[in-house]
Amino acid sequence: MIPLFRHHTKASSQPRRLTLKILRYNPAELNAAPSFQAFEIDEADGMTLFIALNEIRATQDPSLQFDFVCRAGICGSCAMLVDGRPALACRTLTRDLSAQITLAPLPFFELIGDLSVNTGKWMRGTSERLQTWIHAVEPVSADILETPMAPELAEAIYELDRCIECGCCIAACGTAQMRPDFVGAVGLNKIARFRLDPRDQRSDDDFYELIGDDSGVFGCMSLLGCHDVCPKQLSLQTQIAFLRRKMARLGLN
Amino acid sequence: MSHSIDYTANPPMGPSVIPDAPALPTNNPISLPRKSRWPARLDLLQSLSGLLLALFLIAHMAFVSTILISQAAFYNVARFFEGAWLLGRPYPMLVSLVASAILALLMLHAWLAMRKFPAGFRQYRAFIAHKNRLHHGDTSLWWLQLWTGFLLFFLASIHLYDMLSQPELIGPYASADRVWSGGMWPLYLLLLFSVELHGGIGLYRLLVKWGLFGDKTRARLHLARHAFSAFFITLGLLTLLAYIDLGRSHAAQAGERYIPKAAAQTATH
Ligand code: SF4
Ligand code: SF4
Ligand code: FES
Repeated sequence: MIPLFRHHTKASSQPRRLTLKILRYNPAELNAAPSFQAFEIDEADGMTLFIALNEIRATQDPSLQFDFVCRAGICGSCAMLVDGRPALACRTLTRDLSAQITLAPLPFFELIGDLSVNTGKWMRGTSERLQTWIHAVEPVSADILETPMAPELAEAIYELDRCIECGCCIAACGTAQMRPDFVGAVGLNKIARFRLDPRDQRSDDDFYELIGDDSGVFGCMSLLGCHDVCPKQLSLQTQIAFLRRKMARLGLN
Repeated sequence: MSHSIDYTANPPMGPSVIPDAPALPTNNPISLPRKSRWPARLDLLQSLSGLLLALFLIAHMAFVSTILISQAAFYNVARFFEGAWLLGRPYPMLVSLVASAILALLMLHAWLAMRKFPAGFRQYRAFIAHKNRLHHGDTSLWWLQLWTGFLLFFLASIHLYDMLSQPELIGPYASADRVWSGGMWPLYLLLLFSVELHGGIGLYRLLVKWGLFGDKTRARLHLARHAFSAFFITLGLLTLLAYIDLGRSHAAQAGERYIPKAAAQTATH
């Protein structure tokens, strides 16, 4: 081994002692009241909050509830408030945080228990409300070759499709905190995605029916919390502004 | 068979499994009357009225700060707006007209913006909790905009009513007397800070909201916003100081009108 290329940790450097203050609450329990509980663990190299929480659950409290599936920032199930900011626990390194870490469930969504919230239910409801699927006039025939799509367009659609429905944008949105019927950045981003897709034959008038009011695109106050926390770095600011221009134009007719 | 988009079909992922899912607008576009276009128009009007007010603010600041050049300069600006150069004799009514128009614009803008205010105590508390949790610049800025906007509704209305009801009392001495002997300077001081902060944040948000510069420019837009507020607050403070200074030295003769030198000379001859 070439010592030059090995990362040396000094023998003297002790691992940090982390304190995780976690908001505990189990709505299924009678007479339960929300309260913070502190857990202490030793920090490990490259530790994520996912690893830290699993260690706590394995060694200190098996009743701690939180969600994980992919632990790689793909499934969107591990979003929570890390020191007040929405983030994916599996993509958050403890070394980027102070030794005192506060964890709380995402606001806005239905609480399952402790750090686990039911984002899926809300996402599904929003998909149904915004009809986020392809609406084609011609029935799709499996016997005909698909019309080719320009690579740039496919790329652009794919870029918007990277949303993992984690709910961070909703938890970071001041408008959504005040108005629970607001579709949020995730909903608007989906509309932008289907609007791009040539296979979806809906017109702007059709999209206006879905987002042309104050629970849709005009409700957005451009606070950009969504844009700044999206763990997939989607350009939500650009998408919302684009839709706002398209939808506002219909108001001039 | 006529083809049209089937809005009544269940979502491709099957019928809803969610008991309290939001009501599906699945059967709306063709059979039901289409959605009102007013939310779009009101959104446009909110931005447009804000933009006009901001432009007026800039112009207004340029005009009143001419007192920093000389009393005669401000006197000429004030007379210019009474239209004597065009209509043969001064009509202070013109100033009243402009003030009324701005007042109407202010009311419209306030009404449109108020729709976005927290409706009720629950929403108010929810937003404060959110803002304090998130520590996010643009979110906190909105709160500042809300409060300065609230203040402006009253402060700017008072000032505009003053101009509207006494349009002839604009001039180096008359204005300075209003500021000092009339005791209006605390109001102008508060008005200055509120309006320049509100205007700066508003212009910034206008650009971001309509996506005029893409999403890579936000840091620079923030810088421009700070520069805007800082420049106009400084200019405004200097201007206000000039009027206070003039008002104090003119306090003994408060009420006397300014007469330009040339006219004063012909009068004494
Ligand atoms: S837009 Fe971003 S923050 Fe919002 S749900 Fe999708 S991935 Fe998460
Ligand atoms: S930009 Fe709009 S959607 Fe995004 S956080 Fe702000 S109000 Fe919410
Ligand atoms: S566990 Fe899948 S995104 Fe974090």
